[in-house]
Amino acid sequence: MPERDANQEVLRLEGLRKSYNAGQPTEAEVLHGLDFQLGRQDFAALVGTSGSGKSTLLNLIGLLDRPSAGELYLLSEPTTAMDEQRRTALRGSTIGFVFQFHHLIQAFTALENVLMPWMLAHGKPGRAELELGRSLLAEVGLQQFMQRKPDELSGGQQQRVAVARALIMRPALLLADEPTGNLDSKSTAEVFALFRRFNVEFGCAVLLVTHDSRLSEKCDRVVSLEDGRIVSDVFQKASIL
Amino acid sequence: MWIEWTIAVRFLREGRTQSALIVIGIAVGVAVIVFLTALIMGLQSNIIQRTLGTQAHIKISAPDEVNLRLPSPEETVQLVLETKRAQRLRSINNWQQVRDLLDTLPEVTAVSPVISGPAFARRGEALASVALIGIDSERYRRIIPIQDNIVYGQFRVGADDAVIGNRLATDLGLRVGDKLRLDAGQGRDGVVNVAGIFELGVRDLDARQVYIDLKQAQSLLDLPGAATLIDITVGDIFRAEQVADRLGRLTGLKVESWMETNAQLMNALRSQSLSTQMISGFVALSVALGIASVLSVSVVQRTREIGILRAMGTSRRQMLIVFLIQGALFGLAGSLIGGISGCALVWAFNTFGPRLFFIPVDLLLLLFASALATLTGVISAAIPARSAAGLDPVEAIRHA
Repeated sequence: MPERDANQEVLRLEGLRKSYNAGQPTEAEVLHGLDFQLGRQDFAALVGTSGSGKSTLLNLIGLLDRPSAGELYLLSEPTTAMDEQRRTALRGSTIGFVFQFHHLIQAFTALENVLMPWMLAHGKPGRAELELGRSLLAEVGLQQFMQRKPDELSGGQQQRVAVARALIMRPALLLADEPTGNLDSKSTAEVFALFRRFNVEFGCAVLLVTHDSRLSEKCDRVVSLEDGRIVSDVFQKASIL
Repeated sequence: MWIEWTIAVRFLREGRTQSALIVIGIAVGVAVIVFLTALIMGLQSNIIQRTLGTQAHIKISAPDEVNLRLPSPEETVQLVLETKRAQRLRSINNWQQVRDLLDTLPEVTAVSPVISGPAFARRGEALASVALIGIDSERYRRIIPIQDNIVYGQFRVGADDAVIGNRLATDLGLRVGDKLRLDAGQGRDGVVNVAGIFELGVRDLDARQVYIDLKQAQSLLDLPGAATLIDITVGDIFRAEQVADRLGRLTGLKVESWMETNAQLMNALRSQSLSTQMISGFVALSVALGIASVLSVSVVQRTREIGILRAMGTSRRQMLIVFLIQGALFGLAGSLIGGISGCALVWAFNTFGPRLFFIPVDLLLLLFASALATLTGVISAAIPARSAAGLDPVEAIRHA
């Protein structure tokens, strides 16, 4: 794979604000001007109690929603003013999503689910893409389950498929929303180990939203969000896995 | 388009029962439309054929005689008390030239000059009023195939031979070979042999028409060398009206097409077609609503998957296309099955039905029905497709 600049900036937030029901009496600002930066090598956890604005922030970073004010740079590109089509394309090519409820498409096999982002952008997969998909599934330990449908896999296996899918486009940023929220501890450890590996091997920044302190302790950096403000941003020596 | 197509097909296959039910629903609708349309078209062409089997498509006669009026001078008022003129039996002027002219027209397939007038048929004490029709049998048989409707004897006109209707034969107790006296009034009468007896199935014609040779009719009706009518058939019967218009301007004579003479019939046929179209329209509407509702339910069921697909970089347009394709596939599959079922129904009707008439199945009708059903599918998918494309990925993913 192409050499990536280790210190390249992947994500930068500048005075990012988000309010709902803007202009109405019920207007509520959820995020109050966030500044934040994430580099290629970062492996960060975003923690906070529910209601702190975590999910809102994640949706903004994932280009699923637009901020009310401020700017969000993805690979140094300002994204706020982009039209929906450009944002969709940028989302597909630079961001990999892993959700709490694995969210695979039931009608497709594990391998097809992994290839889905590529197929959405480029159409029918060629030999190279099929090979990449297979090797990703092999990396997450599912080489025997490639042709299985999601409902024939366990929760942990489905989440590993979702991780492989998040990586098929070689994203610059991997966004994970409570990725281990409904997994047992063994599966949690496996999925976390995968994130670690891909962070190093693929040079892809990881931002992990969690309120599981055991998980955030293992990250290099912990960003705490409270009432829509970043209250601490700590670089820590990750505990040994 | 490949990925949109693939997703659409997979979605349909996954919701197999749902897909199967709606396809069956569409198929029933299309089958009804195909069968009904074929049935009505068969019925109508049968009626038209029967009607036109006993009459010419276009009749040309001499223009009606009208009173000529002096033009009134400027600034005067003309009060007119007019007695309409009686329309006496008259020949078409220069009918030979008109006939030759008509023979050259491409849209005209047969031309037959006829002389027709009233007479009495007498046998012994029995008397019946008849219509004498003097024909050139070679030409006339191309207008009305009387030779195919002969029940006794043969179709032979000329040299004192006449062909009469079955009803008249019964009324006067005539058989083939019997003599019949024809009295055209004012002392002109003649005796003819009954050479053939026909039955057209129209009571009035079978009771009144007497076919004799043109020359004999001319002398009986005291119009030597005359023809009072020119009968015409055309290639396309539904263009008879236009052809008649053209001939009217061309010849300056009175021209009437079968559509004018059978205005009632045409009206009935038109109403019938209209009611068929309305039934088809309502069936199509309910099919469309069925497709729309199934896809709307599917959008709700797949909200989360749609959100995931959107988060993975599916554009709104792609999402729209996925659901439009599903609608189109519903329409296409349903119309194929429905078309085949419709044909099967038609076949069953032709084979086991009352066999009053034969229904032809038009391949074009099937193609048209399929295209229409597919289009209906796409159109009815538009609303659910728009709602799928409009889903906010964030909301959709949160959707439990």
